[in-house]
Amino acid sequence: MGNYYEMLMEDVRFRDGLNACINCGVCTAICPAAEFYDYDPRKIVNLVQTNNNEELEKLMKSETIWYCGQCMSCKTRCPRGNVPAFVVMALRSLSMKLGFFTESEKGRQQFAIKRTVGENIFKYGYCVASYAVSPEMHPEQGPIWKYIIQNAPDVYERLGGGHFDELGAGPLRKIPEDAKEELIRIFEVSGGTELFDDIEKHSREKAEHMGLQFDDKGIDNEYFIEVFTANKKDHHA
Amino acid sequence: MKSEGKKRIWAEYQKEIADDHYFYVRSCIRQSFFPGSEQFFLHFLGDVLGKDIYENPSHTTCTGIGYHADVVPLSTIMTVIARHYALMKDAGYRHIVISCVTSFGIYTEIFETWKHFPEELEKTREYLYKATGREFDLPESMTHTSDIIYKFRNEIADRAKYRLVNHETGEPLNIVEHIGCHYSKMFPKYGVGGAEFPNVLGGMIEAWGGNVIDYPERRHCCGFGFRQYLVQANRGYSLSNTTKKFSSMKPYKPDLVLTNCPGCTMFMDKWQYTIREMEGTVYGENGESIPVLTYEELAGLVMGYNPWDLGLQYHMVQSEPLLRKLGIEYDPADKFKTKDGRQMPLPQNLINA
Repeated sequence: MGNYYEMLMEDVRFRDGLNACINCGVCTAICPAAEFYDYDPRKIVNLVQTNNNEELEKLMKSETIWYCGQCMSCKTRCPRGNVPAFVVMALRSLSMKLGFFTESEKGRQQFAIKRTVGENIFKYGYCVASYAVSPEMHPEQGPIWKYIIQNAPDVYERLGGGHFDELGAGPLRKIPEDAKEELIRIFEVSGGTELFDDIEKHSREKAEHMGLQFDDKGIDNEYFIEVFTANKKDHHA
Repeated sequence: MKSEGKKRIWAEYQKEIADDHYFYVRSCIRQSFFPGSEQFFLHFLGDVLGKDIYENPSHTTCTGIGYHADVVPLSTIMTVIARHYALMKDAGYRHIVISCVTSFGIYTEIFETWKHFPEELEKTREYLYKATGREFDLPESMTHTSDIIYKFRNEIADRAKYRLVNHETGEPLNIVEHIGCHYSKMFPKYGVGGAEFPNVLGGMIEAWGGNVIDYPERRHCCGFGFRQYLVQANRGYSLSNTTKKFSSMKPYKPDLVLTNCPGCTMFMDKWQYTIREMEGTVYGENGESIPVLTYEELAGLVMGYNPWDLGLQYHMVQSEPLLRKLGIEYDPADKFKTKDGRQMPLPQNLINA
């Protein structure tokens, strides 16, 4: 067990986000996550500043740190200039680096996000693109979305997309291969690929432990479906 | 009421917005869900106002959604943004115009990080050079596309064919303005009016003749929450927050919701559909839902553009009730046609249709 507080201090967001909390609770009052989840950002910041290694490990293995929606409303309101959301982001990063994230249902979801949004970045050069938002996985998008996907070239052409999924300029243009290669190189030198690999490695181990089928690619495997849909615990206040 | 103090605070949150020579960076969500808005923005700046605005097709995602869903590290997103600055430097521009509010928040966060932790800037320069051989300069200004429309709101009013007034009663329309959290909640000084008195959308509404509604949850998040929407198991968070907002605004009878963030526009449109399907609740009057528009869509309507060239037909909540209130003439037969006028199939089960 290393000193987690020191590890967290390596993250500039943690240094920026923690300036002696006075426990006033304004962050919790304004927090959309606290409204619906069993979540209290004041308690997190208070716990973190106690510098208790055992408690920090428990926190990084818990559901709690995954409830924040990163709206950053807490940053506006803290009278002491703390940023609970930055503290949470640093805790999440360390939780993934140390493999603690697979200990919680919400933490395990990082695998699903990596396999979808994360891999879209390399595949398309976009986090989100219409062709990556399938109507089957997004019923809330309604019949208009299914219609747009079915008629995409015509829909986008009228609205300025003369190069839909082709090289050229404009919306949803195909990103040139050399630009995508630059993105991949950036991930390699700056730690992005390492994070992807950490998520994969720990998720594979967890899948084995849970007795669920795991594939090295794609979303058509038991572990992906489990972490994408599981809602078995009472997460609500 | 004494307003001197308010005016003084407001004066601190005035933002310098570049006048010309813009380097434009697109948004993943905007180009997928509201491409007509980006098209109008570029057309208005370039063709109507004669401004110089440039985009480089090699510009990629900023990776912001991945960053806020915690699968992209800070060091990586800083280097991706640095690459965008390198493209801007190569093209000879210094004013960056950012089409997405998530991206805009990313740019402001990184700019402030580099200012307070200069070693992070140096590390980013090294990473970018090692990865791509590119070098970059910091921008002279960072503006969101809504800042630019706000800046030129009076030029739009001068060209208005319609005012935001009910053409039958002569009363101003009641409009909810919803500002994306990452526009100014993190770094108020980068937003028009800061986080306390954000006026980027209110200023447009007033300039075009409408009435801005104040309501209790005006500054509440739309509910996106990044991982709280991206993962199916978490979507109750997103839906619940949207429900909270709409329940709060309903008594004020909004004719329209205007947003400056593509995620917010999409969620406030699509979740109305979902809530209606789940429990039959609607938030507008006469059993209708409330149209949710981008600021370019609204500017285009005010200037008399064809609603179907702006892309209003590709929202889940259709805009006909709003068009009728404004007295806008439109051709229903043109609604689902291709650019060259070919009839497309007709979608079924849209709201307000």
